[in-house]
Amino acid sequence: MSFWEFANPARFMRLSGRVLPWVAGATILCLSAGLVWGFFLTPDAAQFGSTVKIIYIHVPSAFLAINIYFMMFVTSLIWLIRRHHVSALAAKAAAPIGAAMTLVALITGALWGQPMWGTWWVWDPRLTSFLIMFVFYLGYLALWAAIEEPDKAADLTSILALVGSLFAVLSRYAVNFWNQGLHQGASLSMDREENVSDIFWQPLVLSIIGFFALFILLLLIGTRTEIRSRRLRALQMQEAV
Amino acid sequence: MWPDLGKYTDTILGAYGAAIVVLAALIIVYLRRNARIRRALAAAEARKAAR
Repeated sequence: MSFWEFANPARFMRLSGRVLPWVAGATILCLSAGLVWGFFLTPDAAQFGSTVKIIYIHVPSAFLAINIYFMMFVTSLIWLIRRHHVSALAAKAAAPIGAAMTLVALITGALWGQPMWGTWWVWDPRLTSFLIMFVFYLGYLALWAAIEEPDKAADLTSILALVGSLFAVLSRYAVNFWNQGLHQGASLSMDREENVSDIFWQPLVLSIIGFFALFILLLLIGTRTEIRSRRLRALQMQEAV
Repeated sequence: MWPDLGKYTDTILGAYGAAIVVLAALIIVYLRRNARIRRALAAAEARKAAR
């Protein structure tokens, strides 16, 4: 079976309906286990004191904020090249989740920054590119809401998603590009030497898996809603004729 | 069981509280919209079948 067969709305509805309960279960399990483990069962860190507990929500939300934009980049590209409606609707369903994750990352970052840096906010390369990415998320949602004709809205929002992906890349690599600012480097890396120590790393990975499962769960629900909404619109247009 | 958060109690609980509020609002919006569209689609399909 080809991957592209999932672009068929009827097939997508059937498959997503079957996996939804499993994804919901995985979300509850991983999210609660990761957060309880991180919050209750890990010690304070030498550098951050007890504020290290914020890492279990700040890092997963920031990780998803960037990667959801990357997912929107890919699905938008698929829409522009292959005109699969499910991919455009998946990007639309992902955007509010990405905006919420970016907002969580910004709020928790500001709350964490105050005791560590002595300020809620600095125009640091990573923080600034994150704020711009948040504005792109809001712009993307506003553009979908502003255009009546669905395919035209999908075209224009896809182009906006492609342009905004530059800031998603900057958000991830700003610390490396400019090598300045207050924000530290990545907490998770392929290089084990750069990672946070195991005692924080294990619950952090579990929290990230939980946040990712929550994203998949909401993405499936949102995309199914968008597909139904398209069908409803078609029926309403038939009734109006 | 409850960890000693010391002088950072407000900061940490504020961060967790804000995250829970934002994510709970997101989940509620997705579920409510899903339920509303499902009901409207079921009604439209029933009308179509009746015609």
